[in-house]
Amino acid sequence: MGSYLTRRIFLAIPTVLGVLIAVFLLIRLVPGDVVTQLVGLEASISPKRVEELRRLFGLDRSLPVQFGEYLSAVLRGELGKSLRTGLPVGKELLRRFPVTIQLASMGLLAALLIGVPVGIMAAVKRGRAPDYVATGFVLLGLSVPSFWLAILLILFFALRLGWFPPGAYVSPAEDLTGNLARMILPAFSVGLVLAAAITRIVRSSLLEVLSRHYIRTARAKGLRESIVVIKHALRNALIPVVTVVGLQFGTLLGGTVIIEQIFSLPGIGRYALEGINLRDYPVIQGAVLAIAMSFVIVNLLVDLAYGFLDPRIRYE
Amino acid sequence: MAIVVAGALLAPLLTPYDPVTISPESRLQQPSSAHPLGTDIYGRDTLTRVLYGGRISLAVGALSVGLALAVGGTLGTMAGFVGGWADVLMMRVADILLAFPAILLAIGLLAFLGGGFWNVVIAIAVVYTAPFSRVARAAVLSVRHEEYVDAARVTGAGDLRILTRHVLPNAVAPLVVESTLRLALAILAEAALSFLGLGTQPPAPTWGQMIAEGRAVMTFSSWPAIGPGLGITLTVLGFNLLGDSIRDAFDPHLQV
Repeated sequence: MGSYLTRRIFLAIPTVLGVLIAVFLLIRLVPGDVVTQLVGLEASISPKRVEELRRLFGLDRSLPVQFGEYLSAVLRGELGKSLRTGLPVGKELLRRFPVTIQLASMGLLAALLIGVPVGIMAAVKRGRAPDYVATGFVLLGLSVPSFWLAILLILFFALRLGWFPPGAYVSPAEDLTGNLARMILPAFSVGLVLAAAITRIVRSSLLEVLSRHYIRTARAKGLRESIVVIKHALRNALIPVVTVVGLQFGTLLGGTVIIEQIFSLPGIGRYALEGINLRDYPVIQGAVLAIAMSFVIVNLLVDLAYGFLDPRIRYE
Repeated sequence: MAIVVAGALLAPLLTPYDPVTISPESRLQQPSSAHPLGTDIYGRDTLTRVLYGGRISLAVGALSVGLALAVGGTLGTMAGFVGGWADVLMMRVADILLAFPAILLAIGLLAFLGGGFWNVVIAIAVVYTAPFSRVARAAVLSVRHEEYVDAARVTGAGDLRILTRHVLPNAVAPLVVESTLRLALAILAEAALSFLGLGTQPPAPTWGQMIAEGRAVMTFSSWPAIGPGLGITLTVLGFNLLGDSIRDAFDPHLQV
């Protein structure tokens, strides 16, 4: 396991470097350059300030030098300062990170809590009403835009029924119950696509496992169907779920950007959108980098989990 | 799906209303025979705007997927057929693009390119180029060493002829499936970007932008947000079903 771990971490380095290069280039590939864009917004800006901004972005130096400086700054945790507030982007990201992590984790939990049981039900009752209901859920779940679902959930559960408070975000340290009550609807909105994907994979994977010889043997021994499904089939059927979670986690993280905006959650996604609306480039760069890096780390963890669950992967 | 596509194309024949003309006296009306999906805050017929909005969503979807297929498909085919350093380089670039959550990459690109129809097409196309290149490469690799390809080479056929006559026709099925499924995702992405105000700018109706406008008035009327959401869901559902059917038709193993 140790060498597998080292190999996987080593393989992630080029991707991390690539993400850094891509984010670095993002700000430098703006047509006409980023400072010209900013100046275009504020006609009163002086030529001295233009030069200052160019220096601030390091645009007065060659690209390799700029990248070297950018890389060393990122490694020191320095992501620049917001052009609008003057606050350090790194510190702001750290402050907002727990909100995004909580939303993504609760979204994942909601997806698993819905996807796994519905997938099992569909496989066990194949070709019958529960299977058709589950298939309908999968098709709808993969087709409904998460931001529209979020609005419908607010409309019915918060505004009409009053089951959830529609108010502003409360941190868990301040009021844990209030925090959880306010995070349930966002978590469901962000987790639905993943729930549908998990349902689909649990169903097909469980159907495949249920047709194997060892399952027939378990049944022939006279074991109850619930024991056969849960103890014998499900363990093996759940391995591909980890892969799906890994593949779909990007969608989930991307979803947090929009969902945070709708529910006014002070996370990294909302910070990125605030940066976009104000053309605050260091904020955009920092937030995009933070989310992309989280995605790379989650993919690495999924790979490691997969190697842990399926020993064959470790020895490939 | 056919209904949505036909509705978008034939919108001027199907509805007597204009999608952008404001009519303050009929604002925020509930559904009626005159306005089956009600009206928005400016008194515009929601169904009319949903039909016209479909034009932009479908156009962005088709153009961005077409562009991603052309660029990603070509690069992936080259990578799979030529191999060597070109393959390694292209696939590493694809890995980097795939390291970004799709919608985040599109948002990041639009933050710098600016909103608008063509920039949205470009942003979504860039995001989907990597998956297309992967699919094309895998499809080409799976047929590159088939006996009929070797046979063609033995008969003296050149690389271009082998590629166009023997490899591509047999590698095209996965690309067709990918295109259909990506079209559904592109429509969802366009809606999300428009919802965030990064897509085609008002007054031209887009589904995402209509939902954003509907959200602002949802305490008064829920219909301005419900109509466009139904439009997106039905269209995406249609393309997902089409993609699944094509995939099953091409590969009987997937019919579980």
